[in-house]
Amino acid sequence: MEPRSNETKIQIQKERKLMKVKQISVFLENKTGRLAQVTRVLGEQNINIRALSIADTTDFGILRLIVNDPDSAYRTLKDAGFTVSTTDVIAVEVGDQPGGLARILEMLQGKSINIEYLYAFLQKTNNNALVVFRVEQIDDAIDALLKNNISILGGSQVYAL
Amino acid sequence: MYWQAEYETITRDNLEELQLQRLQQTLRRVYDNVPFYRKSFDEAGIQPGDIKSLDDLQKAPLTIKKDLRDNYPFGLFAVPRDQVVRVHASSGTTGKPTVVGYTKNDISNWSDLVARAITMAGGTNKDVVQVGFGYGLFTGGLGLHFGTERVGATAVPVSGGNTPRQLMLMQDFGTSIIACTPSYALYLAEEMHNAGIDPKDLKLRIGIFGAEPWSERMREQLESKLNINAFDIYGLSEVLGPGVSAECPEKKGLHIFEDHFIAEIVDPDTGKKLPYGQPGELVLTSLTKEALPIIRYNTRDITVLNAEPCSCGRTHVRMQRVTGRTDDMLIIRGVNVFPSQIESVLLEFGDTEPHYLLVVDRKGNLDDLEVWVELNEQFFSDKVRALEDLENNMRGRILSVLGISARIKFVEPRTIPRSEGKAKRVIDKREI
Repeated sequence: MEPRSNETKIQIQKERKLMKVKQISVFLENKTGRLAQVTRVLGEQNINIRALSIADTTDFGILRLIVNDPDSAYRTLKDAGFTVSTTDVIAVEVGDQPGGLARILEMLQGKSINIEYLYAFLQKTNNNALVVFRVEQIDDAIDALLKNNISILGGSQVYAL
Repeated sequence: MYWQAEYETITRDNLEELQLQRLQQTLRRVYDNVPFYRKSFDEAGIQPGDIKSLDDLQKAPLTIKKDLRDNYPFGLFAVPRDQVVRVHASSGTTGKPTVVGYTKNDISNWSDLVARAITMAGGTNKDVVQVGFGYGLFTGGLGLHFGTERVGATAVPVSGGNTPRQLMLMQDFGTSIIACTPSYALYLAEEMHNAGIDPKDLKLRIGIFGAEPWSERMREQLESKLNINAFDIYGLSEVLGPGVSAECPEKKGLHIFEDHFIAEIVDPDTGKKLPYGQPGELVLTSLTKEALPIIRYNTRDITVLNAEPCSCGRTHVRMQRVTGRTDDMLIIRGVNVFPSQIESVLLEFGDTEPHYLLVVDRKGNLDDLEVWVELNEQFFSDKVRALEDLENNMRGRILSVLGISARIKFVEPRTIPRSEGKAKRVIDKREI
């Protein structure tokens, strides 16, 4: 590999940033009505949920959301008194046939990229399923996916779905 | 039966003479040897020689918990450390404990006072005493242990916990006296019942309980469930340990061993001495302690003093059983807990102190502590494992600093009520 110039490095970083999607995480106590409250609050601000997942333990849950306007969602939920954070995740297009996901997971494993969790979007694009990945080494994962010609949807594309 | 009849039934006149003599010696000793007391007396404009009567004692300033904390660890000792043969420690209001020390004479006097308490409860050298108070830095276990040995009874140093073993030893060793916290004793009684053991088949006949407040109702339960005669013992490490006062068979108050301590009641708001019969904070002055003599220590325990003659024949003043305190200290499973200790632990985990709430309950017979922590952004992580690790780490630190285990419950912001003035940090659901 040739040493990269600074300009090239900055360019690569810019590209990677475009490939990242902002996910909103919300802390929820295991009380009834919390999830309904979150979705109601977002709905009132005309924020659309594109994908969601809940990780729950006996004591609490973490709600993860991909929305069409993550900055607005963050502010709205914070104002409503929730504990919120944002995390960068990757939206990967997976061929909608058996083995489509396996191929991608094996490829990432081959590059020693640890997957924290993943979940699916509520809609497809073309003939592909759309899957959200959170990984430990996000930059390496983006590089590996692109190199293997796996299609990634960038942030702005996801928000516009 | 008296352990030390000449002191326990001493006439009031002789007692007061003895007290004044010992008080003046103690004041001299602390003034000369403890910089904190010299400074505190000088600032109050008094000299040891100014205390010419027992009544004059109220001129001296009160000593408070903070003074022990500020002089951690050995700053209040009145003897060189090589004369201190033991130290004990008790919960401080922050991370550091408060430390106390004892010379050989102190240990001997302490043993005699606990021996008095055991004798007052009906114990003799023929008894087998199962010491279920915690052994270690806490004064309970070793206090009762040395008192038992002094009486000449057989000490079984089990310490707390391991209930199946406690029950086994009770049966196999023929335990006749059980000494532990009253809530643990209730728990033992329940487990005994569950194990199908009839207390009447055991040799148990006396219970000596303390380290936490307990009611007459609890006494009735303990006496019937364990088939014993149950007695209260009181003390605090800052003044001695268990054995500052104890119940006699009349069970109408605990006799404070006035040949070793002067007891006063003060108004919690003004600090002024109150007459006997009025409730207030118990203030104690040691008369015979060598390593850590203490002058007018405010225990923050609320009680009433009663000087009426007692039919047991003891002439020492009685204090009503303690049911409340004027500070925010809690007693959980016999261990002193200050909400501010929890605060200092939580501060270890972030830059600002999160809102927290201590919820104390008694489920079954054991105290239970749950710490609610508002999970704000500084602690929040998208990863479940990170939150679980945080929970475990907080629990570990609380156990390490406080000596008791607590559950951590993360709650959403604004779950814990805010207040204008001092935050209400404790919800105590126990009904003693």
